[in-house]
Amino acid sequence: MSTPLAAQPVLRLQNLTRVHGSGATEVHALRGIDLDVHPGELVAVMGPSGSGKSTLLTIAGGLDAPSSGQVIVEGTDITGAGVKELAALRRRSIGYVFQDYNLIPALTAAENVSLPRELDGTSARKARVEAVAALEEMGLGHLADRFPDEMSGGQQQRVAIARALVGDRRLVLADEPTGALDSETGESVLALLRARCDAGAAGVLVTHEPRFAAWADRVVFLRDGAIVDQTVRSEADSLLTGRVAEA
Amino acid sequence: MSIRHGLLALLEHGPRYGSQLRTEFESRTGSTWPLNVGQVYTTLGRLERDGLVGQNGEDGAGHALYAITDAGRAELRTWFERPVDRTSPARDELAIKLAMAVGAPGVDIREVIQAQRRHTVKAMQDYTRLKAQALAALEGGGSRERDDVAWLLVLEQLIFQTEAEARWLDHCESRLIRLSATAPAPGPGTGPGTGTETRTGTEAGPAPAGAGTGNGADNRIR
Repeated sequence: MSTPLAAQPVLRLQNLTRVHGSGATEVHALRGIDLDVHPGELVAVMGPSGSGKSTLLTIAGGLDAPSSGQVIVEGTDITGAGVKELAALRRRSIGYVFQDYNLIPALTAAENVSLPRELDGTSARKARVEAVAALEEMGLGHLADRFPDEMSGGQQQRVAIARALVGDRRLVLADEPTGALDSETGESVLALLRARCDAGAAGVLVTHEPRFAAWADRVVFLRDGAIVDQTVRSEADSLLTGRVAEA
Repeated sequence: MSIRHGLLALLEHGPRYGSQLRTEFESRTGSTWPLNVGQVYTTLGRLERDGLVGQNGEDGAGHALYAITDAGRAELRTWFERPVDRTSPARDELAIKLAMAVGAPGVDIREVIQAQRRHTVKAMQDYTRLKAQALAALEGGGSRERDDVAWLLVLEQLIFQTEAEARWLDHCESRLIRLSATAPAPGPGTGPGTGTETRTGTEAGPAPAGAGTGNGADNRIR
């Protein structure tokens, strides 16, 4: 839909439903979600509390299973995968960014970033090289040997984004990544996520802040577990004519 | 008024002719508020009548040049020092529309809100992309042109304004849901249609547990 996209989406959700509980206490957290996210695309998911935003993200990342429907990551249906297979898929294909960073406090920035690669069998030396390169892309090369508590929130969140996308992973799932940051820092974290998507990653961003959602190519509105509306940014640089052509 | 003072501010940099003022006004504000040359000359005429500018010969191509007078400079200083009046707010079509939509027959106010939200968020997406480009140009190029900085400030104003609108729309929606949940008989068209009454309240209202309500998965990943 936007930009010349590769034919295959990095993430495809098909007719996804999630029901919690049963009988009188049954809650339909998701009702028939269809969503494709292509390489180079950042999709924001907005909606009121309880609309299913976080459920959607945990299921997209294989952390929870849908009641029905399919989650296809890089062409593989992860809903049918076994426990070990799923763990490997998550490690190789999916990166997460959380509101509270979730870095391991006893590891340095570089060690945090290289951990998923080492778990996946990459040699410690190669994983370290990759991690430092990923940190440099985030403008954090000089902080590679710092521990999380020696970094600001914005720096920790950038380390988390580096960790999410190190190696060949192209899918980053971000749940309120700016929630704990001041608005300036939040903005710079979003700019970075945007840049990683422009470089070919596919991103899903859950947020309740319209200002951060506005960095996305597409904003999906969720209500009561269903997509009720969505918006796509203008393709033509037609808005506010005059200044844009030269940019 | 803003065009009047905008032109005075540009004339403070030296004498200019009409279409030059128009071009400079637009490049400073990124064509956000396009001016036509007629408006510029009408405004110049009024400024001249009030003694704030005077005609100052012609340039080589025969354009009539205008220059700011001392009275014009004093007026400009006053303008910069005086806050813009917010005590008598301009009419806002959206606020009027929502006010009229409350209880309007055949109108689903949630639809009105969502249609506006889609439009407003889309405008924010476009402004945000322009802002990212403007920032990249300013940070990459090194040269901080006055016009580029001014344009960035104008864009950010547009983003803040649309953000405020989007937040207000969210607020209107949850306010209406809260009010309809406590009303003796909920009116038609306010619920999402499917779930039960209690579920609607929990889902859309300010549920303390947020998305985690009865959701084991959320607790697991945290």
